[in-house]
Order: sequence, then structure tokens, then C-alpha cells
Amino acid sequence: MSTDSISTHRAGMESIPLVAKLHEWVITVDHKRLGILYILYSLVFLVIGGIEAMIMRIQLIRPHNNFVSPDVFNRMFTMHGTTMIFFVVMPMLFGFANYLIPLMIGARDMAFPRLNAFSFWLTAFGGILLYFSFLGANGLYGAGNAPDVGWFAYAPLTSQTFSVGHSTDFWTLSLLVSGFGSIGTAINIIATILCMRCPGMTLGRMPLLAWLNLVMAVLVILAVSPLSAAQIMLLVDRYLGGHFFDTQAGGSAVIWMHFFWIFGHPEVYVLVIPAFAFASEIIPVFSRKAIFGYPAMVAATVCIAFIAMSVWAHHMFTVGMNSNANTFFVLTTMAIAVPTGIKIFNWLATMWGGKIHFKTPMLFSIGFLFQFLIAGLTGVMLSAAPFTWHLGNSYFVVAHFHYVLAGAILFTTFGAFYYWFPKMSGKMYNETLGKLHFWLFVIGFHLTFDFMHIPGILGMPRRIYTYEPGRGWDTWNMIVTIGVFFQAAAILVFVANLLWSYFHGEIAGSDPWDGWTLEWSTSSPPPAYNFATIPEVRSRRPLWDRKHPEDPDWKYE
Amino acid sequence: MRNRGFTNWRRRFAAQVIGLLCLPVAALAAPEDRSLSPTNIFAPVSTPAHSIVELSLFVLAVTAIIFVIVFSLLVYCVVKFGKRADDDGREPPQVYGSNQVELAWTVIPVLIIVVLFMATARVIASIQKAAQPHNAIQVIAIGHQFWWEYRYPGLKVVTANELHVPVNDPAHPSPTFLTLLSADTDHSFWVPRLAGKTDLIPNHPNTMWFDPQQTGLYLGQCAQYCGTQHAKMLLRVYVQSRQEFDRWIEEQSRPAHASAAVSEGQRIFETTACINCHAVTGTVADGRFGPDLTHLMSRETIASGAAPNTPENLRLWIQNPEAIKPGSKMPAMGLSDHELDAVTAYLETLR
Repeated sequence: MSTDSISTHRAGMESIPLVAKLHEWVITVDHKRLGILYILYSLVFLVIGGIEAMIMRIQLIRPHNNFVSPDVFNRMFTMHGTTMIFFVVMPMLFGFANYLIPLMIGARDMAFPRLNAFSFWLTAFGGILLYFSFLGANGLYGAGNAPDVGWFAYAPLTSQTFSVGHSTDFWTLSLLVSGFGSIGTAINIIATILCMRCPGMTLGRMPLLAWLNLVMAVLVILAVSPLSAAQIMLLVDRYLGGHFFDTQAGGSAVIWMHFFWIFGHPEVYVLVIPAFAFASEIIPVFSRKAIFGYPAMVAATVCIAFIAMSVWAHHMFTVGMNSNANTFFVLTTMAIAVPTGIKIFNWLATMWGGKIHFKTPMLFSIGFLFQFLIAGLTGVMLSAAPFTWHLGNSYFVVAHFHYVLAGAILFTTFGAFYYWFPKMSGKMYNETLGKLHFWLFVIGFHLTFDFMHIPGILGMPRRIYTYEPGRGWDTWNMIVTIGVFFQAAAILVFVANLLWSYFHGEIAGSDPWDGWTLEWSTSSPPPAYNFATIPEVRSRRPLWDRKHPEDPDWKYE
Repeated sequence: MRNRGFTNWRRRFAAQVIGLLCLPVAALAAPEDRSLSPTNIFAPVSTPAHSIVELSLFVLAVTAIIFVIVFSLLVYCVVKFGKRADDDGREPPQVYGSNQVELAWTVIPVLIIVVLFMATARVIASIQKAAQPHNAIQVIAIGHQFWWEYRYPGLKVVTANELHVPVNDPAHPSPTFLTLLSADTDHSFWVPRLAGKTDLIPNHPNTMWFDPQQTGLYLGQCAQYCGTQHAKMLLRVYVQSRQEFDRWIEEQSRPAHASAAVSEGQRIFETTACINCHAVTGTVADGRFGPDLTHLMSRETIASGAAPNTPENLRLWIQNPEAIKPGSKMPAMGLSDHELDAVTAYLETLR
């Protein structure tokens, strides 16, 4: 009966039966274990979502291809988007937040450990429910009954008239369930950060990761609620005789779009802000300098969150809003570029004058900076509504948001994996395999997503299972598909590295990176109680103060 | 770790990245060539499309400059500030911030945004608030799963899938103003060389316009996922001279030809389920669920562009639509070979 760390477990491995160990993981309320469960869960779905992408790209490698039927393809893009957002990136980020926040603020656990466990299992169940849809109707032949309405499930395509059967209900119910899990985690993060910081750690002294996850958690609560409301209204339409979105009965398709995008836009900031958090922790340590402009980084993030609540209809530039509405959303969307750009400049300024160690976490962070710059700039292009009148719903937009999701978020998340793997497992990962993962993924990512902009410019819309030859899209689609195989190889290397290093890696010690935040002051992996004595801090970098008593940060802050 | 090779590695990395970047930039510059694609947004032939291209090039120029500056700074950091092999292990000077620098890089982006915003607002107004001139061609476009219905209310023409409009004469402007409706789910009308896309949303009428300055056939397709065969809901817009357009209108407004030679096919058509969905003016067929077939043979394609309009394809479409457009709403009609030949012969007379 123990919630001890993995390493002490290994010593007494023979004495604890496997069933008992698994049972401990199932009933755990320890934030570190729940964090690891979230992360492993999301890794499994990353592979599944990647396979769905591969199926689509193989179908699109040439025009009029016959790899899968239109029905299967339409289910693939729906499941790929839904999986990647709700069951890969969100749980991955919640997992890291869960693991790191108490350690970084000097607490013993999250504020509500049982709510924490409950939220994880809700999310996990939601994903399983969604994938159960493959087994319905025709079974595994013809991709079963999986939803095929697109990840944003526009009305009235989702009504009983146009979506016969239960595929849409799998989408609705699984996200409703996991949405409550997300809200639980968000409440937990906010309470933990506001109430459980160690003595001396004012809000102005807590690590940027804590600040950014606080902002993310507020956005989750603001964003998930309208989505859940809309999903309940959809269920009322489909089963209880409602007509909210039933256009044949006077309902509104556009109101679904408003509800969805009031969720959908803050959602993408929910996804990217924790990615910023990873970069804000990794770049300083590997440049050997404090983050440049901490107060501006906090202020910029809070600004981004505020403005993010006001830009949603830039996803609706083509639905026929009047020119005043379109112009308003152009203004707010362009405005959000300012605090976002400021953050990029701050990271660059952190590197400037530093001594950069090009280890795998830093390589991924540099890739992130390059790719996020491009993603932000294509976003500025798209913020000009007339440009979106052409390129909205085209492969240009698909390229843009994959640049953010894969090029920025996934890159910093890989960096986070390598950076905190030693802390979580007690072992160092293999640096050569890490670099191989990085380069393979860079090549694959750029082959796919750089060239994907071009078919969009040449008129190729998204969500089409095939396309006409003679539109000039053929070669570009082929290059895009080839890149996918490099990315797949990179993921294989990544998983192999994690497994190999877990079993055979060198012992990492408590502070392999010479870091400055509190998680590095305890053992790797930390004991169940995190810290023997609750630390007391006087600055933003308590370990810097300890290591440099002659020149501590608190003299300068 | 690595020593002298390390510095070379960083320089080579920077060079490779710059090389990689040139590819998409070169590709972006190339699209001025119309033959690259018939749906290239950078080959506009109509005023809204031209305005969007001009704005895009301006925004692209601004963002390209920002990219070059910030990217150069990133490359400089990576090349100049790497840990040297002969590093003494001391930490570099810790710089926590700089009010002047941070103010500068806040104010300058705000100014850039103001400029971009004003340029954009002008284009939005010029397209969305354009007045409809007296001679505008009025068309009602109704989106269906998975085909396009076009009605010219003033000219009393109903057709499907292939839109005909007159080329614009600057002396007597005759732009085409489309009212966009939908019979079922959301669709979107996107013919890149003519205009940006506007959605067709049920219970939410929209309008758009274009004034093509060159005759020709312009391609596009539905750009809002509408169900199984969204991919083959293609658009064909024929921009014709005024005389040709008037002649087309005149032909389209006539009722269907009658011919005794195909009376058997006509009888089968009119006594089976065909007339539940299809209309042929001047006969009992007045179904509205599917495309109007009165002048079917005046179109170059069938099934909204999915196949060329040949007798073989027409026959195959009636026999087994799944072979051409699986998931379309046209059912396999279950006719015998003889009946198929007769019906196809009848349809072939609907010029």
C-alpha cells in the first residue's frame, strides 16, 4: 500500500504483485502519477491520430485515388481533428501541468487530488467512448459508425435529417464527458496556483509555467462551457424535438457556429499557451540566462487571453456577416498579434548574449521559434478578412493551423518531454536518438506543411476525399504525403527512445540540467510527498539563489 | 561534445534552413503564371478577386519583411551565442529586461497593425458595400447535396451546375449578383479567379458579386463540407460575350423539345420515379429535388462536374450513380438495359 516513486518500487519489485501495482495506478490521486497517466494516454492517441492522418494523405497522394471510400475519408478527418485536439494535445498539456505545477510552486499536491483523478478518468472515458464508435453499425468494415461531420460538426449537417444513426451522438457525448474533465482540471489548476504556493512565492515570483497554466485554466472554463451548452442543445434538437439549429424549422445554423467558435478560438489558446510555458522554461535554462522581461511575458499572456475571447468570428468571415462585423473581427485578430509577437521577441532576447546548449530540448525550442514565427505571420495574413474569403476552408488554413499545432505546440511538447523525462523517470534519455527524432521530424514537418500552403493558394478546399487532375494540385499533394512518412519515423524513434531510456538510461540525478526552479531541488523521480520540507523562496529562481549566493536574483528583481 | 565541427554544423544548419525557405517563396512568386492552375487565386479576372490579390500582396510584403528581420535575429542568436567548446563554465551576464527595447517592440507592431487594418477595412467595404448597378445580372444560387441550382428570376431561366454569365463591359457594367441560398446543409461558392468564397447557409441568405473581365470557363468547387460527396460538387462558370449569353438565355427559356422518336424513353421517364426529383419544362415532370433537365444536353458535364456529359456516362449515371459519385442522392433506378437505352436516348434530345 504505497504511493512511492517508481525507483523505490523497482527495489521492492519482486514483493509487490503486478495486479497490486496496476491497481495503485488506477486508484491514485497523486498528481505525478495522474500527470504520467494523462501523458501516456495522449501518446497512444497521438499514434492513432497520426495513423488517421496517414490514411488521409495516402488517399490524397494522387487525384481520383481509391485507397479509401469517401465515407471512410470523411470519418478519418473528423476523428483525426477531434482526437488530436481533445485526446492528444489537451490531455498532454494537462498531464504536464498536473505533474509540474505543484513541484514548481513548492506544494505537495494539487488542491483537489480526488477531483484531479476524477477529471482524468472522465477525459479517458470520453476518448474511449469516441473510439467505440468504430465498432458500431458495420463494425470495423467501412470505419463503423464513427462521426463524419468534421471536428466542428456544423449544423444542420448534424441534425437527424442529414446525420442518420448515432455517429454524431458519439461525437457529442464523448466531448461532453471529457469537457467536464477539462473543467475539473482547470478548477484544480486555478485553486492550486492561487492557494498553495510556498512561502515567499508571490504571484510575481512564480515560474512562468505556473502563470501560463493559470491563464490557460481560466480560458478552459470560459471556453468549454459554451461548447457543452451547444452540445446539449444539439442533443435536444436530435432527440427532444428542439429546433435550435434546425434550419428547416426556422432554427439557425449560424448560431451553432458562434457557439462553437466562442469555444474554438479560446481553445486554440488553451493549446498554445502551455506550449509557450514549456518554451519559457526551457529556453532560459539552455541559454543560461533568466527569461527576458518576465513582467511583460505575464502581461502579454493575460492580454492574449482577453483578446482571445473577442476574435472568434474570424472563423466565420465567409458566412455572410456584414462589413462592420467582419471589420471588427479583423481588428481584434490583428490586435492579438501584438502581445504574441512580444513573446517571440522576449524569447529571442533571452537567447541573446547567452551560452546556448544545443541539447534536444533546446533544438525543439529553436524549431518552435522558427515555426511559430511563420505560423503567426500566416495568421496575420488570414486576419485580413478578404484573404480569408479566398483561403478560409482551403489547404492554406490547414497548413497554417498545423504549423501552430505541430510546428509550435508539438515541438515544444517534445522539448518538454526530453527536458522533464529525467525528472519523471530518474533516467537520462539517449541524446543521439533525441537528435535523430528532431531532425527526422523537422524534415517531415517541413515537407508536409510548407508545401501544403500551395494547393490552398491554387484553390484546393479542405475536407475533400479526392480532387480533379488538371488543377495543378497533384505534385504538391504528393510531396505533402511523403513528409508524413518522415514524421512517422520520427515518432517511432521517439517512442523507442522513451522505452529504451526508461529501462537502460543513465541515472539522471535530481538536477541534470543545472536548472533554477523548484522541481530540480527534489529527487528524480520525486518522492510521493515532493519535498521533505516545504521550501521558502526569495526570487523567481530559487535554485539560482542557492547556487550563486554571492549574486542572487532577489537583489535585482 | 563536439568542437570545431560544431560551429560548421551551425552555419550549415542556417544555410540549409535559408535554402528550404526559398522553395515556398519561389513557388509563391510563380503563381503569376496562369497555366499553373485554373483555380489560382493570384490570377484574378474580376474586381473582387483583383482587390483581394492587391491586399494580399501588400500583407505578404509586410509579413515577409517581419519574417526576414526576426528570422535573421534567430539565426544570429543560434550562430553567435552557442556554447563554445572552450567554455569556462561561468554563467553569462543575466539581463532581466529593458524598458526601452520592450517599449519599442510594442509600439512598432501596433503601428504596423494599424496600417494593415486600414488597408483591410477599405477592401472589405469596397467588396461588401458595392452598389448593384441597373444592368446587373441577378442569379439565385441554391446549394443542394451535391449540386448547384441556378435561377435567373428576371430572365425566367432555371438551370443546374453550369453557370453562364456575360463578360463585363466597363462602359455598361453588368456584374453578376448572386443570392446564395441552401436547400439542405451549408455549402460555399468558391471560384478563385472570380471572387472570394461566400457560404450558402440554409435560412440565412447571402449575396456576392463578380464582374469577369475576360471570357472563358472558370472552375471552382464547394468549399464548405456538406456531406459525403462534398468533394465532387464542382463549379463551372462560363463567362461569355453578351451576344452569346443572350443566345444562351433565349435557348434556356424555351420549353423542352418534343420528339416522337424518343417517346418510349419519355414515357418511361414520366411514369417512373424520375419526375419525383427532376423537372423538364413543358412536360409533367416538375420535381425540384434534383437538377432541372430541360436543357441537360447544353451542359458539358453531369453530376455537377463529376463526369463529362457523354451518352455512355449518362447511361452509367442512371444505371449506377455510385460508379461516378458514390454517396450522391441519385438512386440507381433499377431499369433494364432496354429501358436505360430508351431513357438515355430521350435525355439526349433535351438540348
